[in-house]
Amino acid sequence: MKIAVLAVQGAFLEHEKMLKSLGAEVMELRKAEDLLGDFDGLVLPGGESTVQGKLLRELNMFDPLKRRIEEGMPVLATCAGLILLAERISNGGERYFATLPVTVRRNAYGRQLGSFFAEEAVKGIGRFPMEFIRAPYVEQAGENVEVLGTVDGNIVAVRYQNQIGVAFHPELTAHDGMHRKFLEMC
Amino acid sequence: MSKQYELNKELAQMLKGGVIMDVTTPEQARIAESAGACAVMALERIPADIRAAGGVSRMSDPKMIRGIQEAVSIPVMAKCRIGHFVEAQLLEAMEIDYIDESEVLSPADDVYHIDKTRFRAPFLCGARDLGEALRRIGEGASMIRTKGEPGTGDVVQAVRHMRRMNDDIAKISAMREDALFHEAKVLEVPYDLLKSVHEKKRLPVVNFAAGGVATPADAALMMQLGAEGVFVGSGIFKSGNPEKRANAIVKAVANYLDAAMIAHLSEDLGEAMVGINEDEIELLMAERGK
Repeated sequence: MKIAVLAVQGAFLEHEKMLKSLGAEVMELRKAEDLLGDFDGLVLPGGESTVQGKLLRELNMFDPLKRRIEEGMPVLATCAGLILLAERISNGGERYFATLPVTVRRNAYGRQLGSFFAEEAVKGIGRFPMEFIRAPYVEQAGENVEVLGTVDGNIVAVRYQNQIGVAFHPELTAHDGMHRKFLEMC
Repeated sequence: MSKQYELNKELAQMLKGGVIMDVTTPEQARIAESAGACAVMALERIPADIRAAGGVSRMSDPKMIRGIQEAVSIPVMAKCRIGHFVEAQLLEAMEIDYIDESEVLSPADDVYHIDKTRFRAPFLCGARDLGEALRRIGEGASMIRTKGEPGTGDVVQAVRHMRRMNDDIAKISAMREDALFHEAKVLEVPYDLLKSVHEKKRLPVVNFAAGGVATPADAALMMQLGAEGVFVGSGIFKSGNPEKRANAIVKAVANYLDAAMIAHLSEDLGEAMVGINEDEIELLMAERGK
């Protein structure tokens, strides 16, 4: 099984390491030619969504990736990745793939001093360590969106068909449950 | 180690593969963000102008920093003087996302750096070699950058510092474990940090390149030498077409191994920052804060 990791900016190496430790093959997406390779799933890592979204467009990866997501390619999106997937962003800024029917609030907990750690249940996985770093959360989830986890009443993990979106960073923890769940979909 | 320190190191991880740009106004901050900066460094004057103006340079006007915080959604960093823990307190009170205890400003203390473990806000510091880096990390820095020689447009010192760091790490990694006690004494660094470098063969925090980066090729050079991201200061807003140059540098960092793409990106960028060679300058900022 081969997983493509968007590698234009952010914490993509951490995802690659975890995927490899679970036996998956990994390839990096840095430019349009990279999309010619075969892959079974896509990871959108943490980082700055404005940078990633801009580079996706200007390096001509945006439309082909959007099409693949719409056609059902499994996606795991963390933090900035969740913003890239969201259909709506409540506090302004550009929309990107807009394939996940949720409304997301970016920098929902404020600046870096608002960053925090929590441990809560994730549906189908159990207690999960969660790092929130200038993180977004989901303000509103569409009808067929399954809520996988909440922290203090805010939705922080969702699944909709082939897409998993989480506001925190499973790639930074020692817990590989989220990546296992994702690989099972691929 | 506190949870906040872990979160601060992790914010630096999120910045990797990105370009952090010096800006002096909200307008420049917006240009930087739309050109693809992953963060901005708010400062009153860019290093080239600090160098030209001479005199004491200090933390920026909080009002200017606030204006920049309001203008963009990406993280905003700001500089305080080496050892000036009150300037750092002000920046923390303003909820700055990263405090750069920086040799670009005039040092406020010629012996002590700030005890950064007393702060919740993250700190980054410049380092020319492993010893400086581990001393700063021991004091609580959660991100390191090369010092380079700011405001010159000359990349030679950033290259020297990055190579030196690589050489130092290779040497420590190859050492016998029982030699590390003595080496910690020689380098004047905490033993546990040195041991972590020995085991992991890397710095315990993210390391960016800074100082003198002026072109897309400069940025890619630093990435190929092992930088995890790049700071660009005077190189952008002292050049002919800041927006285009900034955008090209961002793409060159994302595709730092693709020479054909970088050649294409380097076309028609307008006038590069004129720059000064390191042997023509009187003030070596990198000598500040060992």
